[in-house]
Amino acid sequence: MSAEVKVDQILDCKGMSCPLPILKTKKAVESLTKGQVLKVLTTDPGSKNDMSSWAKRTGNEILNVEEGSGTFTFYIKKTS
Amino acid sequence: MSQNKMTIIASKGSLDMAYPPLILATTAAAMDFDVTIFFTFFGLDIIKKGYADKLKIAPIGNPAMPMPVPIPTLVGSLPGMEAIATAMMKSMFKKHGVATISQLLDLAKESGVKLIACQMTMDVMGVKQSDIIDGVEFGGAAMWMDSATDAKINLFI
Repeated sequence: MSAEVKVDQILDCKGMSCPLPILKTKKAVESLTKGQVLKVLTTDPGSKNDMSSWAKRTGNEILNVEEGSGTFTFYIKKTS
Repeated sequence: MSQNKMTIIASKGSLDMAYPPLILATTAAAMDFDVTIFFTFFGLDIIKKGYADKLKIAPIGNPAMPMPVPIPTLVGSLPGMEAIATAMMKSMFKKHGVATISQLLDLAKESGVKLIACQMTMDVMGVKQSDIIDGVEFGGAAMWMDSATDAKINLFI
């Protein structure tokens, strides 16, 4: 990403398995206001596809996904 | 967006079979579904007070059951094997950060998943309404049919 994304809240789901990262992401996104960004860290390899399915169904936007040394970092913008 | 609906019939009371209904229900709720779980027959154990964390795995009749060393099928029927298999599975779940059944039940209730206990099963098995955890409704097949009729996803587990 060219510009740094302004993160409003960080959620650490490292070490958690399905479905906890999704359940906690949902809860965290609900606590935000529209337009704010949540940064989520996970280590569950399934979470990459799960997060995109979740975002598609709930109408939230994944701005970016970073992968590195077993960790996935999602930047999710609350749009719904 | 009109709300999607899902219903699940949870009919089994072993530890392994308690997971899928609760994982799917909580995930569906997180994806803005209106979710109903109907607990019937052995599935009723999942919502009996004090049972959620005591559900067990049957080590026999399951060739896919992972064992530290391969053991003959018949050994699984020996006394104590059920406890060993259950403890082993629970430690594997814990190691991989999987929620416990009681945690998933709490998360389900918190996210508005409707839980229904099958009254007929309760009568047959001598289970009283006071034996069931709080926040559960009681009903029968018609109650499930009512929810299922306009649900997009209906699962029997």
